[in-house]
Amino acid sequence: MTALLTFQDVAKSFTLHLRGGVVLPVVGGVSLSVAPGECVVLGGPSGAGKSSLLKMAYGNYRCDAGAIWVRDGETVIDVARADPRVMLSLRSRVIAYVSQFLRVIPRVSALDVVEAAGREGGLSEDEARARARTLLARLNLPERLWSLPPATFSGGEQQRVNIARGLIADRPLLLLDEPTASLDASNRAVVAELVREKLAAGAGVLGIFHDSEMRDAVATRIVDVTRFAQARAA
Amino acid sequence: MSTPLLSAENLTKAYGSRLACAGVDLDVTEGEVLAIVGESGSGKSTLLSLLAGELAPDSGCVRYRMRDGRSRDLADLGPAELRRLMRTDWGFVRQDARQGLRMAVSAGGNVGERLMGMGERHYGRIRGQALDWLGRVEIEAGRVDDPPSQFSGGMRQRLQIARNLVTGPRLVLMDEPTSGLDVSVQARLLDLIRRLSAELGLAVIIVTHDLAVARLLSHRIAVMRAGRVIETGLTDRVLDDPEHAYTQLLVSSVLAA
Repeated sequence: MTALLTFQDVAKSFTLHLRGGVVLPVVGGVSLSVAPGECVVLGGPSGAGKSSLLKMAYGNYRCDAGAIWVRDGETVIDVARADPRVMLSLRSRVIAYVSQFLRVIPRVSALDVVEAAGREGGLSEDEARARARTLLARLNLPERLWSLPPATFSGGEQQRVNIARGLIADRPLLLLDEPTASLDASNRAVVAELVREKLAAGAGVLGIFHDSEMRDAVATRIVDVTRFAQARAA
Repeated sequence: MSTPLLSAENLTKAYGSRLACAGVDLDVTEGEVLAIVGESGSGKSTLLSLLAGELAPDSGCVRYRMRDGRSRDLADLGPAELRRLMRTDWGFVRQDARQGLRMAVSAGGNVGERLMGMGERHYGRIRGQALDWLGRVEIEAGRVDDPPSQFSGGMRQRLQIARNLVTGPRLVLMDEPTSGLDVSVQARLLDLIRRLSAELGLAVIIVTHDLAVARLLSHRIAVMRAGRVIETGLTDRVLDDPEHAYTQLLVSSVLAA
């Protein structure tokens, strides 16, 4: 079976031109893959490069060396080299990314934010609307908030809008960066359930969860990122 | 990949010995928003004028895919053909609304003029479409007979958008459309531009010095300095992981809001 996502000898560093060209190594020699139905959780302390790996897979960070293969139907695409238009198309159909923070769009209601993400992900208008309502209800976002822009919501409420936005469409590859950081236990359980449903439907997840309860509830495998640190000085 | 709607190759323009635009390549297609960012004097506005055919390049060319599917070099179009293109298939939203609107003509007249330019002569239909578009840009119907000289800055920009979009253009150029507006007025305008460009599947090229505007609206970004495009790519990648020293400086100079 072809993996949904494969890192092949990936390296990443940051060159700080404003600091005299100092090079900050992040990771090196990263090889890992995510198969359908698998939830691979990245472990290791802050600063080990976990988020950078997710951002590279999403095309948000450049990749200095190696390849990052993402399966798109019958083909695989190296997102480390992909043209911006190819990357945008992958993001709309294949790759979902949920970060800790909701980048707020002024004046757009929570329900519309989620619905728009569904339409961008290929759902019909009716389907997007129906799923948005179901998801926000399952995530216990009070219905009186649905018609309001999320800018004024609490951190946990914004995070639930963000999760709904990331999970509404049927994208086969999910990149989850601490999506439950400011949620209480019962809402974390809802997110775990949603993730397990995606896995059962054949999606693959590469995620970061500091909360051990969440990790235990969804992880099929844990990869310790510190082992990619040794190579990074090279 | 199909032919882009508009593409520029090796566009170069000098003012005396100063290169305002040096070897710029770019393209944009339907449904795509391209932001051109850089500081004042970087050549952004010259580039936009070259793309719009308002300035002739010293070398290089701009190609546009016409409605019949054929790509044409703008330099080969006659003045009448170019004018028709600008009046119907293109929009141009100016930084200074006084350049994009007729200040003494009513709001409805400003919108209707573009329709009349396309040959529409039926007063009722023109007024109906003008009212419809004023509504879509959130200008009350009661203001249709007022001239934009009586409008606020934000309303003038929204009126420019209505005036430009009423003819169903495929390409819209925008030159700093939100600068000089209050922050809350800016947010409303950005939201409107974002929604309409997605709904209508427009190709948009927006020149801005404001990286937050570029992030909110654009899919791709081109960073200009001294007339050259020094970095280009996915908007979020260029802003979050800038490669070029100058882009790093631009990004790090912005106050995080």
